[in-house]
Amino acid sequence: MAASPANPPLSARKPPAKRPPAKIESSWSIMDRVGLGLAWAAGISMCVIAALIVGYMAYKGLQYVNWEMITTSPEASLDQSATGGFLDPIIGTLLLTTIGIVIAIPIGVAVAVWLTEYGRPSGLARAVESGVEIVAGTPSIVLAIFGLLIFQQSFMGIFSFTAEGGAVFGRSFITAGVMMSLVALPMIIGSTREAMMSIPRHVREASYALGKDKATTIRRVLLPSARSGIATGATLGMGRIAGDTAIVVILLGASMQITPEEGPGGLFRGTGSTLTSFVYNNSPAGEGNAPEKAYAAAFVLLLIVIGLNAAVGLIGRRNKPQWN
Amino acid sequence: MGAVQVVEAASLNGVKVSKVRDRTDRRVELLLGALASTILLLIAGMVIFVFLKGLPSFTHNGLAWFGSGGNVDDQLMNIFNSPANPDDYVYELRAWPLLYATALITLSAVIISTIFAVLSSIFIVEFAPLSLRRILEPVVRLLAAVPSVVYGLIGILVVVPWVHDHLISEDRKESVAYVIQLDGTSIAVGIFILTIMICPIMIAIVVDALRSVPANWTQGAAALGVNRWRAMWTVSVRAARPAIVAAAVLASARALGEAIMLSMVAGSVGFAPNPLDGFTFFLEPARPLASTIVDNAEGLSVVPFGQTMYAFALILLVSSAFLSFGGWAARRSLSKYTLGAR
Amino acid sequence: MELKQDPLSMNGNGDRNGAPAATPVPPLRRIVIEAETEPIHVADRIIDQERAYADPVDGILIDQETEPAWVEQRMRTEALSIAYGGKVAVKEVSLEVNSGEVLALIGPSGCGKTTLLRSLNRLVELTPAAKRTGRILLDGESVDDFDVTHLRSRVGMLFQQPNPFPMSIFDNVAYGLRERGSKRPRKKELEPIVVDALERAGLWDEVSNNLNHPALALSGGQQQRLCIARSLAVSPEVLLLDEPCSALDPISTAIIEETIVSLRSEVAIVIVTHNLQQASRVADRVAFMYLGDMVECGAAGQVFGAPMAERTKEYIGGGFG
Repeated sequence: MAASPANPPLSARKPPAKRPPAKIESSWSIMDRVGLGLAWAAGISMCVIAALIVGYMAYKGLQYVNWEMITTSPEASLDQSATGGFLDPIIGTLLLTTIGIVIAIPIGVAVAVWLTEYGRPSGLARAVESGVEIVAGTPSIVLAIFGLLIFQQSFMGIFSFTAEGGAVFGRSFITAGVMMSLVALPMIIGSTREAMMSIPRHVREASYALGKDKATTIRRVLLPSARSGIATGATLGMGRIAGDTAIVVILLGASMQITPEEGPGGLFRGTGSTLTSFVYNNSPAGEGNAPEKAYAAAFVLLLIVIGLNAAVGLIGRRNKPQWN
Repeated sequence: MGAVQVVEAASLNGVKVSKVRDRTDRRVELLLGALASTILLLIAGMVIFVFLKGLPSFTHNGLAWFGSGGNVDDQLMNIFNSPANPDDYVYELRAWPLLYATALITLSAVIISTIFAVLSSIFIVEFAPLSLRRILEPVVRLLAAVPSVVYGLIGILVVVPWVHDHLISEDRKESVAYVIQLDGTSIAVGIFILTIMICPIMIAIVVDALRSVPANWTQGAAALGVNRWRAMWTVSVRAARPAIVAAAVLASARALGEAIMLSMVAGSVGFAPNPLDGFTFFLEPARPLASTIVDNAEGLSVVPFGQTMYAFALILLVSSAFLSFGGWAARRSLSKYTLGAR
Repeated sequence: MELKQDPLSMNGNGDRNGAPAATPVPPLRRIVIEAETEPIHVADRIIDQERAYADPVDGILIDQETEPAWVEQRMRTEALSIAYGGKVAVKEVSLEVNSGEVLALIGPSGCGKTTLLRSLNRLVELTPAAKRTGRILLDGESVDDFDVTHLRSRVGMLFQQPNPFPMSIFDNVAYGLRERGSKRPRKKELEPIVVDALERAGLWDEVSNNLNHPALALSGGQQQRLCIARSLAVSPEVLLLDEPCSALDPISTAIIEETIVSLRSEVAIVIVTHNLQQASRVADRVAFMYLGDMVECGAAGQVFGAPMAERTKEYIGGGFG
């Protein structure tokens, strides 16, 4: 090694300074142990609570649910616990979810595409982003009564039942469906944006190099690749729609059976109920004398929602596009 | 379409063709931009409409709207029973019990949930054995997906009767019988179930944040001879503070708007629980704003009553907005030391 | 070939024995600057200079200079092997780490140097698939016998990418002291240790005016020196450096090399480096690793000047890398 005044050879060096040995105490203090214990307790209790909820719902649900319940309509009778099933609420849930998601997907994808691919002027883009966040954070009860406000205006009369005196009822599948789409919208926008942003630049550049314009590129190249992201967002949105109760209670008219209106599109302008409102109404908080049906319906609802969320995982895993 | 004719008329002049392409592009962009702007219009519309509809309730009560005085349920009944003549509409309301219940239930649930979520996340990220970790992550997702009405059902059919049978003795009922009936529906049950409801959302966010702390830092802390808990707490959790704040804000918004579950288990009485009652305080019922709207939804057609409900909705909207802003401000101040290094 | 004007010579009067200069010019920097402009023949230079210090009695280069009595053995590995999954990263390596000197681990990429280094403070256990056989001894005790956090406060480490925590400078240096044990030392007690550590790391002059400055606002070289100070604050016996200068510019590199050399007398230092010139500048002993084997280990002069193994000769001569 190059010897120099700064770096004397080994033989010429001074002995090292004696430093007092560091005082090392035990490495896990009481507070650390307490913290660790609490962390374990928190983790385990999460598992226990989840097991209790799912287990209990399964236990009670399987106890009461039967094929007849799923296939018969609710009947208006005094002894609710013995008669009728919840076919109409099931159809109601499916119908409402479909309406909500069919409205939400095109709008959501369009907004997401605009935000990722265009987004000018940037002030507007930021405002739209904040707007989506506000919609995501708005309680569904507020969306519900806002929806009622809008759809009870006379010019919105086509969307629901109009009474003799001109009062617009404002409650129907379509009105509830429109507000439900707002519930699903932020998720679709979020997932689609993520999917679009993860498409690397060279894919877009390749398309432009072939002479395609932006719109065609989006339509033919980018959107198909973002399919799984869109599907994920849509499925998450469906889960939220299926589980929402506030909008249903306020905007669906609370008729036990699906009651279409006369005229075209009568089903959509009609009222009905969903599994969520059915459970609510049959619990002690509603009319309350049929907890068996409430358990059964809640069990079916839980299965639907869990199924949707499981589907999200499957979609994500199977169709993730690989970019090399 | 005019664009096609332009293409045919042009020679193979690159400029002309690309101008056509730009025009179509421009149209698409404007169309999509207009669609995106409708979201803004929607929100603006929502805020304005709800504000206008709810304003009469505030103007007729002034600041006393936020105060207490009298039984809020009786007042709501009077509003509902207003005569048909607009001049005779009854608006009197002292909404304090409802505001108090909202703040109490939301804040308690969020605080407890934050602590629980941070601890669970630390467990999931650092200390859980692999088998437990593989179970816990789907479990958290599952809990986040359960609809609120299912939570409410279990609450009202299982937890409330248990509380009634085991925690509410006859003596206790007697001690507060002059103001309120204790039947098991209570803020305790409400806070308990609300915490379980919002915790999974927070856990998902905090786990993500803890996992994305650069390995550089965690290994650096380990290399200094700091034990796993300390390293996790002083480095990872500290670095994840903005995310924890964001998660808390998100959870607060959810808790604020929770109407159905709380309507089922927290009691449907506009009552302000009294902390001076000691332990009984937790067993007293209450009803937050969102639940009040749901419970009274049938009365919306009565004008002054509807306006009162919209006033409640306005409070919820404004609170959500404040929450978002507060969360954003808190996250910015926490980022002082990270400086975009990540 | 000297530069006409050495940009680093500020006052020029660095008198090591006498009065302290305002900013002494370490000769080390001159070598660095020279080295940049000349083609390097490391082996030739080393041989020439070592011959000047060879034992005049024998007239030949001795393999290992007789070490003075105070060079103590700090750590030792015995037949250490580490495997990730099926792949063996370190094969049966035995070496010694002594205080008072710098040991450099050299060799091409992926040959187990970093793995070996990280096993010395058991950081390799953070990788789930790693398996270790053989013994590692710290002051005669097996490293597995005591608490791993104990071990890591006695054997410090510096990483390739400077990794100061997102806190103030003071909090960074005081971190190791605050976060061990149950009693949290007060700021007054910590201050002298922090100042001392920053001085030994050569960073004190630059940050003394504001210790509450966020650490991440420092430059790369300053951050790395901060990391050195952070490690020094817990008074380790051994300091492991994993290519500490590879992410830094030449000037910061020079400053850190100087710091390493000045720390040498207090802590045992092991440095992994790709840079042969750096190894020649700072190391007293050199160990050459190739594909997991310890090919050769000896005094720097000997390994660079007259390597015994063929492979070492090839590597040093630039035959592969």
